[in-house]
Amino acid sequence: MNQNRGDREAILGRVREALREEAPLKHPAERSAGGEPTTAHFREWLPPVGASIDERFALFAKLSESLRTELHLCADMAEVSAFIKKLAEEGNWKTIALHTGELISPLILELPPQLSPLLLQSGYDKDELEACDAGLTECDLLVAQTGSVCVTSKSAGGRVLSVLPPHHIVVARKSQLVTDLTEAYASLATKYRDAYPSMISFITGPSRTGDIERILVLGAHGPKRLTVLLLPS
Amino acid sequence: MRVTLFVPCFIDSLYPNVGMSMVHILERLGHSVDFPEEQTCCGQPPFNSGYWEEARSVAVKQIEVFKNAEVVISGSGSCGAMFKVFYPELFHGHSAEAEAKALSAKTWEFSEFLVNKLGVTDLGARFEGRATFHDGCHGLRELGTKQAPRELLSHVKGLELVEMSEAETCCGFGGTFAVKYPQISTAMAEVKCNSICETKADYVISNDSSCLMQIGGWLNRNVGSVKCLHLAEVLASR
Amino acid sequence: MSTIADLPRQQFQSDANRTANDAPRRAAVRRALSNYQTARDRTGATFTDWKSARASAATIKHEAVNHLDRYLEEFEQKFTARGGKVFWATDSKQARDYILNLAKEKGVRSIVKSKAMTGEEIHLNEALIKEGYAVVESDLGEYIQQLKGEPPYHFVFPCMHLRRDEISDLFHRELGTAKTDSPEELTMIARNVLRRAYVDADMGISGGNFIVADTGMISITENEGNARLTVGLPKIHVALIGIEKVVPCLADLALFLPMLATAGTGQHLTGYNSMYGGPRQPGEIDGPEEFHVVFLDNHRTRLLADPEQRDALHCIRCGACLNVCPIFKNIGGHTYGTTYQGPIGSVITPHFRGLEDWKHLSGASSLCGACTETCPVGIDIHHHLLHNRRNAAAQKPAAGEQLLWKAFSFLMKRPALYRLATKFAPLGGLLHPLVEGTAMDPVASWTATREFPAAPQGSFRERFRAHKAAKAELVKKGGVQ
Repeated sequence: MNQNRGDREAILGRVREALREEAPLKHPAERSAGGEPTTAHFREWLPPVGASIDERFALFAKLSESLRTELHLCADMAEVSAFIKKLAEEGNWKTIALHTGELISPLILELPPQLSPLLLQSGYDKDELEACDAGLTECDLLVAQTGSVCVTSKSAGGRVLSVLPPHHIVVARKSQLVTDLTEAYASLATKYRDAYPSMISFITGPSRTGDIERILVLGAHGPKRLTVLLLPS
Repeated sequence: MRVTLFVPCFIDSLYPNVGMSMVHILERLGHSVDFPEEQTCCGQPPFNSGYWEEARSVAVKQIEVFKNAEVVISGSGSCGAMFKVFYPELFHGHSAEAEAKALSAKTWEFSEFLVNKLGVTDLGARFEGRATFHDGCHGLRELGTKQAPRELLSHVKGLELVEMSEAETCCGFGGTFAVKYPQISTAMAEVKCNSICETKADYVISNDSSCLMQIGGWLNRNVGSVKCLHLAEVLASR
Repeated sequence: MSTIADLPRQQFQSDANRTANDAPRRAAVRRALSNYQTARDRTGATFTDWKSARASAATIKHEAVNHLDRYLEEFEQKFTARGGKVFWATDSKQARDYILNLAKEKGVRSIVKSKAMTGEEIHLNEALIKEGYAVVESDLGEYIQQLKGEPPYHFVFPCMHLRRDEISDLFHRELGTAKTDSPEELTMIARNVLRRAYVDADMGISGGNFIVADTGMISITENEGNARLTVGLPKIHVALIGIEKVVPCLADLALFLPMLATAGTGQHLTGYNSMYGGPRQPGEIDGPEEFHVVFLDNHRTRLLADPEQRDALHCIRCGACLNVCPIFKNIGGHTYGTTYQGPIGSVITPHFRGLEDWKHLSGASSLCGACTETCPVGIDIHHHLLHNRRNAAAQKPAAGEQLLWKAFSFLMKRPALYRLATKFAPLGGLLHPLVEGTAMDPVASWTATREFPAAPQGSFRERFRAHKAAKAELVKKGGVQ
């Protein structure tokens, strides 16, 4: 592949020339002692979440409801298995795409016999994945403030499994629920350091559009339904 | 207190009653009212059109005229905003910058002056009718005037104030905009006036006569039954 | 007389004439946007302190834009270290040529695009289609606009001006589908077409909402999941992004993502907010083999060189200023004739495409300030419209207009003359002879649709003088308190 970087030097030169004269900051925010804007303040300004795990969970549940994310508490893995079986029967599913992982691998063995698993590994067939009835993934985090599920290409079986099948099921533990995006980014930084997965995605409800007369329709492209099955910590 | 009135050019020539109402109200409250006759226009028309040199030459005159005033009261949110917000911008980096800022600091919009400087909300006014209030954009967004006029109107006996859905929507005047883009300006007036008519009000009140010229201009052509009044005219009624 | 330079202004005036008279369309647009306003107010109210959040966002963007060289280099270094490629394009042609060459070199046949205003800006689709590539827009609104063969109406809500029956007719005509009045059925028609497009495409093209410097990522915000699929499935990805879209740190997105959603659509958070740090990494099971980021200047550095208006580059393209703009609501998006519509478009287009040709957009504003009030990153939008007007007048004053304002200031500087003049004619008639009968005649322009106020008996200054005299008389007689 070419190493053509285009007008890199010329553009950087124009940028530096342009910036020789300083622009005033017209709407200054509070700054930390070091003079840099600080992310620590964000929390004080964004929608409040509450300090306790119960408050966090209550908000996540409330937002899930308004986002039409289907949230279910499961006491143990057997309940998760049973829930998936129920969904599969109701939806008359034939194939479910999934990846291996601490929470998902044990479930593979428990899938109902009529439901065949498509295990995503290196070099899957796109058409086969597109034809699946559901996608089953783990996630990195759940975010209380926004009702989001945070997946990465590492935690959720790549970039597409969580967004191509029409029904996305996430299995997570309650301990994965963090307060807000600030905490989520801090947690990801600790977990991955300088080796971030090539994709991080905050999924907030099923796929949606309001492009036609601003009327909400779910399932514009990928998941028409998003189900979160939550295990105890 | 000695208060100095700023009666902008079009109030002077088209709406003298607005200025006189302010005089009566302030005198009843025991203040002495001064009107320096040398004042003309704040310079907003050339300023808004991009001719800042011409605007400055008019503006330095006004700065001179109001130099010795203790407080300057404007009956127009827009012209008041010109003194208060746009003069510092117009004179940024120019020799009269300090004087422009001084004028800015002592300029008040009429309702803000009554409520927030004098602490008066009940002027003992009486006015029979159903009315809705139009927030002029410059008063609302440049000066932050929202509650003061409503506070004053809430004490007017006989007046029923109903809010319209588009209270904060621009009427479409915008100075020279109204004649340079008459089709857009008129469409905006129509939206505003339909919202006024929905309230079934007999009167539309504002603290900005320029907006009222636009609103009244459209209503008189298309509706006819709703009357426009400046806040001061209502507050001066007995 | 018509010259090439007059064209954008003439197109604007004539489209404004037409759209301002289309009452049903205006009402529909206003209705859609009033729902938006309700959602936005409701979500905004859940913030503990929106104003501080906004000041913080402005501060961060100020830091990023004022050290743009440093952050772009930091991004490039991090992104290329993970196998990504960065191409720097001075203008539209250079960006297009890079993408066309890449497609040719890699034997690409079909391309799927997720919404990118930069793509509209450089007319990328036309160029690709001309070279024989199949290009499909995957955002529903963009897809509808592509089928219809017209540009987006609003840079966040591309087809907000269309009614469902118009979309149904369009699908019937272009896709042969049965007519329906259900938005859900219409969406499912598009879904079925587009799912094939993702799977079949060999190249995906997207824009980007943020360039994250410290981790070398680009962040894409969307509701539908189409960008996730566009960046996930094809084997080559190109993200075309304006150089100003930088934030210094990944953690800054904890502020910007909720603010973008709240200001843009009234959501707490948009459906999918995804950060991409290069192509598929070792050990990962999918993702493009190649990930190219094209940095687009296209005169952004010209705006950057204007410290007074530099903050216009803080814009995160949320569209809030369009949503509250009474001009936009009444003339609609296409009238602007620009890639970026509404107030922010009127500010930046003269910098991108020339002040002389595009200054009329800054004039077509009542300066109501609703845009500035709503902007989540604190851009003084309507002040910049004034700056553009000033710069345009300084660059090339309109002869007749300059004369008018010279006459105006001559009069207004001379109180005695002003008094004399207003004694005999109401103010509106004063300068009228200067412009009577011309296109600038304000009286004709006003009275075509509106009444002029009746001339009062005497000016204020005459009545005030009489009032003072009467009071003095009373004092003399000892009749006053």
